Amino acid sequence: MVKPGDGYKDIPIGGLILDAGNAKEYKTGGWRTKKPILDKEKCINCHLCWAFCPDISILSEDGVVSDQIDYDHCKGCGICANECPVNAIEMVKE
Amino acid sequence: MSSKVALTGNEALAQAMRQINPDVVAAYPITPQTAMVQTFSQFVADGEVDTEYVTVESEHSAMSATVGASAAGSRAMTATAANGLALMWEILYIASGTRLPIVMPVVNRALSGPINIHCDHSDAMGARDSGWIQLYAENAQEAYDNAIQAIRISEHKDVLLPTMVNLDGFITSHAVESLEILADEDVKEFVGEYQPENYLLNADNPIAIGPLDLQDFYFEHKMQQAVAMGDAKQVILDIAKEYKELTAREYGFFESYKLDDAEVAIVALNSTAGTAKAAVNNLREAGVKAGLLKIRVYRPFPAEEIADALKDIKAVAVLDRAESFSTNGGPVFADIRSVLYDIKANVEVVDYIYGLGGRDIKVEEIESIFNDLQEIIKTGQVENRITHFGVRQ
Repeated sequence: MVKPGDGYKDIPIGGLILDAGNAKEYKTGGWRTKKPILDKEKCINCHLCWAFCPDISILSEDGVVSDQIDYDHCKGCGICANECPVNAIEMVKE
Repeated sequence: MSSKVALTGNEALAQAMRQINPDVVAAYPITPQTAMVQTFSQFVADGEVDTEYVTVESEHSAMSATVGASAAGSRAMTATAANGLALMWEILYIASGTRLPIVMPVVNRALSGPINIHCDHSDAMGARDSGWIQLYAENAQEAYDNAIQAIRISEHKDVLLPTMVNLDGFITSHAVESLEILADEDVKEFVGEYQPENYLLNADNPIAIGPLDLQDFYFEHKMQQAVAMGDAKQVILDIAKEYKELTAREYGFFESYKLDDAEVAIVALNSTAGTAKAAVNNLREAGVKAGLLKIRVYRPFPAEEIADALKDIKAVAVLDRAESFSTNGGPVFADIRSVLYDIKANVEVVDYIYGLGGRDIKVEEIESIFNDLQEIIKTGQVENRITHFGVRQ
């Protein structure tokens, strides 16, 4: 696994990424200026936010949308809040 | 057993490609390269190779498909010339930057415009900094030999860079020459099976090729390329040595022709070297200590070796078959003059830009260049540092 600061002798040639599924290791949460907060009181569990999230950051466990959002990877794009039919997701400034 | 045959340069390269038997060839015809891929496509149609032949709609697509095939894990080749090479430009850098060992014959031709289909080196010289190894050939035999060696050079684990196998348009590509073709099984054994370490179609080891590479790592990847280009020098010599055992034909970074005791010398690439040898022979008969340095490996540039070969010459003329429009001479001139500066050699170097758009250069014309060099030695004066040789006033 390539780490920030690695030298040219230590990284794969040609920009190849040799570790499969490594995007999970790349934390993009720092890009966020606003973060989604899910109000479980309003949520109707339709899963639209879960389906639309481009970063797989809305989590669903046993068929139930969780209010524990993956903030390590959520970029704060706001698609979830935009798609929610009952306005259960609010974008809050970081 | 090798066999003596009479072939055009294009046919010789098509034979080399048949014997290499690449997994994929994606090519687009362009004069003066057309006969090469046309002949090869006949081998495909006749079932003489196992190659998947991809007919594409442009050279941009030809190089793109070749890159894709190579990244997938196959031995992939293409061929082009002039404007075709220019259209590949973007993908040339992707091939070298992604470290794909593609081998591509380039039949050197003038770039338009004005439109011209004849020989000069403006195509390949423009691509000299694209991260490709560049080999040049005096004749069909050398082009054939370079193509076979290029497979081994490019695919070597210390290199993994693509190679352009250059030959002069029409002069070499269309003239019929006598040359030795190796036995099919000897080429098969020499090039061996291509066994990439990391490739896209390896389901057991999934990888990503060509991802975004920004401020944090791009520079390191360019450094890796620079190191590989440097390491290619030893690999080129090692493979030439192995090839000599097979063929008795000797290759290095360049050929020194009557250079050891020479006072005046010419540096040239490709077919003009043959013409220059005739001029050297005539001048030697007349008592002039003339010599020739014929560059075979232009990228990587064998700087120390060329400096060593030219250090005792008194005056050198570089023949550039490309105008770089720098107003400071052609590309080969810039490289040669630079290495001589490093060793503080007491040698005058002048540039002759010649033969653009396929204009012939004759033996007596090269003799006149040697005469200019002798005049420089006699007077100690360089009247013209850069000459556009034979251009009409």
